[in-house]
Amino acid sequence: MSGYTGKSLRVDLTRKKTESFETPMELRADFIGGRGMGVGLIGERITNAWDSPGTPLVFATGPLVGTASPTSGRLSVVSRSPLTGTVFDCSVGGRFGTELKKAGFDLIEITGRADDWVLLDIKDNAVSIEDGRKLSGKNTSELSGGFKNCSHAVIGRAGENGVRFASIVFDGHYCAGRGGLGTLMGAKRLKAVRVKGTGNIRVQDPGQLKSAREEIMRLLRASQAVFGEFGLSEFGTAALVDLIHSRRMEPTRNFCATFFPEAGAYSGYRMLTRYKAKKAGCAGCPVLCKKLGAGGEVMPEFESASHFGALNGISDIEAIVEANRVCNDYGMDTITAASTIACHSEITGEAIGPDEFIRLLHSIGEKDDGLGEALGEGSLRYARSLGREDLSMSVKGLELPAYDPRGAYGMALAYATSNRGGCHLRAYPISHEILRKPVATDRFSFEGKARTIKIAEDMNAAVDSLTACKFVFFAAGLEEYAKAINAVTGMDYDVQKLLKTGERIWLLERKLNGLNGFGPPDDDLPERFFKEEGTSSAHIKIPPLDRNDFLNALRNYYRIRGYKGFDRPDIKVS
Amino acid sequence: MKVIINKYLSKLTARGLAEEGKPVFLALDAEMASNRPMAEIPSELKSLFDFMNMNSVLYSEPAPFHKKMLDEITTRGEIFGLNSEKVIPEDCETRTFFHDIPIVHEFSAPAMARALSKRKSAILKGGGILSYGVVTPEQAYIAYSSTCFSLLVKYFHDSLRYLLACSRSGRKPDGSFLRAFSEISGLAGNTRALPGPALAGNIPDDEDAIVEAISGAGRAVVEHRLVDSCFGNASFVSAGHIYISQTGSSLDELRTCIDKVPLDGSSSVGITASSELSAHKAIYLQTGRRAILHGHPEFSVVLSMHCGRDCGLRGQCHRACPEKRFAAGYPVVPGEIGTGPTGLANTVPEAMEKGGAIVYGHGVFASGLTGFAEAFRILFKIEQDCRKEYLRLARSLAGIS
Repeated sequence: MSGYTGKSLRVDLTRKKTESFETPMELRADFIGGRGMGVGLIGERITNAWDSPGTPLVFATGPLVGTASPTSGRLSVVSRSPLTGTVFDCSVGGRFGTELKKAGFDLIEITGRADDWVLLDIKDNAVSIEDGRKLSGKNTSELSGGFKNCSHAVIGRAGENGVRFASIVFDGHYCAGRGGLGTLMGAKRLKAVRVKGTGNIRVQDPGQLKSAREEIMRLLRASQAVFGEFGLSEFGTAALVDLIHSRRMEPTRNFCATFFPEAGAYSGYRMLTRYKAKKAGCAGCPVLCKKLGAGGEVMPEFESASHFGALNGISDIEAIVEANRVCNDYGMDTITAASTIACHSEITGEAIGPDEFIRLLHSIGEKDDGLGEALGEGSLRYARSLGREDLSMSVKGLELPAYDPRGAYGMALAYATSNRGGCHLRAYPISHEILRKPVATDRFSFEGKARTIKIAEDMNAAVDSLTACKFVFFAAGLEEYAKAINAVTGMDYDVQKLLKTGERIWLLERKLNGLNGFGPPDDDLPERFFKEEGTSSAHIKIPPLDRNDFLNALRNYYRIRGYKGFDRPDIKVS
Repeated sequence: MKVIINKYLSKLTARGLAEEGKPVFLALDAEMASNRPMAEIPSELKSLFDFMNMNSVLYSEPAPFHKKMLDEITTRGEIFGLNSEKVIPEDCETRTFFHDIPIVHEFSAPAMARALSKRKSAILKGGGILSYGVVTPEQAYIAYSSTCFSLLVKYFHDSLRYLLACSRSGRKPDGSFLRAFSEISGLAGNTRALPGPALAGNIPDDEDAIVEAISGAGRAVVEHRLVDSCFGNASFVSAGHIYISQTGSSLDELRTCIDKVPLDGSSSVGITASSELSAHKAIYLQTGRRAILHGHPEFSVVLSMHCGRDCGLRGQCHRACPEKRFAAGYPVVPGEIGTGPTGLANTVPEAMEKGGAIVYGHGVFASGLTGFAEAFRILFKIEQDCRKEYLRLARSLAGIS
């Protein structure tokens, strides 16, 4: 089948063995690639403890990777999260996916646990497990500087030290950020993966792919959110700082408020002008949403900037950029790090200034005795240890990103239903509730949202399995991507077939979470959102979420999904 | 859901796209809602939800004017260049978002689902138009409405091309085509008889007054049917800011859908502004005008696409036509939605010298020096003049008096 190399790589770190195997046809047919293929491959092995040698860590590309299809140079990293205990995937950019495909592999499955630190080295067909001890103790920037003419995935000291939300950093600044997959990589004593490929990806119908690409590009150019004067291509995701601020839904001081008056200090415009930031981006991407300062500084994404900023009451742009650098260097999830510190600040009542904030990040990365070690467990475990679980702003143990659910009710529902916890990207209702794409919906209403969220979850599971970038879907749709994947593989996908595949992936994830004890009580939001109002203005009211309305929407969602157990006594409708 | 359904049904009938009682609009969250008793709804439409992951479906026979065009397009392949599978629109907006419109030959759920699995709407041969939504029922309304617009543009544009070809070859146009064309173009000539709206000629630099003026102008554009669906855009410049309608906003519901965007680019709140923001900004900066209306009036779009030349750029006219062209005396420029070297921001401003310009196959930009009264007058006049010119040209080629 075109688009796939047909070959995958299995690595056993315990036995120091590698072998290639045929990429299973049923995985290709049922799960496409990326997230779906990773989840399908792991299957019931998800019941292993996250740090068990038998738990696989999967790096999966998709059929579009390495082709001319726009924004498809991505891959998914999939395993069980040390932070949440759920099945977990991260879609990540850079060049790694493209190089892996060119080296001849659709995916890598890594199991086992090395005796000491190792490096996995892939040069086309030559695969070896190398001594990585001299890489140990290094942070990601130092490691990246040492790798030339290849793509690489590394963990920093946070991953080595067992910080529960360590990330995997690709090519210097593309992160498999959330859920602690870097912690899991560290538990396997795998410090880095290096890959270089020189092959080509066979495309079934290059003419049709060209036509699909033109249709997608035309839509991208027509999209204000992507290529507009203030779009992602110009400002990066930091373009959202001003927008979310104007909608009064920026989580402020651990979600105690929804408006931070000084947010303009770290807006996309401020980042661009202060740091003379230029465009950068993933392989094969025309959008180039990554922004790098003239001095090489990596500009924080919106969620990171807002959580370093508003969530912690910090308006110093230099501190925010530095916080981002520190997290990337140690290899730590910015959202969880910032949220855990905000949680700590609220519990202790201590205001944390910029300098102390940066010091705490270092302390977490080093997992220093005492506070660094405690915060390195994430907000839920930290708050629970102090008897204040209610102040962890998380769902299923994953800290919420920078969209307050009181300002977008579809987002509220989607946080609760997400298979990987408090994540904005599973259904991404911000697209229609705030960015008005593909059409605008009423952000202060649950009307019709249950089915909308269900369909969007299915769609994004398909998108992550195509390993396309979600930002493209502010402009194009599965309609255009069905044409692209058909051109690449020669298969016969349409919108509904892709949605059906997405649904299959979603339900498998739900089932795997169920095997690990997750159920209806976990599909809920922190109590704060139902009891405390946000920061209203004369024109925009941000009341607390109505508990009954939320539960009714959740009940509708359960009916639509065919889930059972909503009427368990531990979920109460008042 | 019922409230949402009824809102868009009202728009459908108010725009003359379907007659009351004809549409079937179904929406599904956990429960199904409809504008009709469930027992009266064809089971084929209800069971579409078994085949498709969606939240709404809209089916209707179009109102007679559009129905006649639909029937003509789907039965005269030699004139309208279709195969039995699909209609290919050539106007910019529908080509960008629709690509093509499939034709379904049987009223069965599997057949309809097959078509809708590939495209946003479909035509039931001999019947009506079918569309659906996945986020909100509004999508089904937009797709239905845009399909009507696309069919109208295709019908009148292809008819003119056919008449011109007949005239050049000395061939007599098909008699039954001529009879239908005469009837349809007669209906098209009778749809404008509204008095001009009362729009502000001068707008004070006051935020509330500006929002009120933009809202009023947007409503007038919709009421006079100078847009397809309800989409176009409107803006006003004041005190270093552009006040502009948001992307995807209905021009008749703008009061809460206007972004205030600083001209110096110092805030990115404009990320939700109309995708024509850059064009509006360029027009303001180059012309010194203060108000802009952008609509998609039908005959301006049709006439802008009419070109008797047969050059090597056929198929690229919308973005690469090098000629200085006019329709009914108004400048016609190429340009694509959004940014890029062939984006509207680069092609429209220099054509706005006299306040208005037509974008090939897309729509009209009209501007006012101080307010929306002038912009609306120009927009309305361009469409009236293009309609008259089209009908004069077509009737002369067809030999219809």
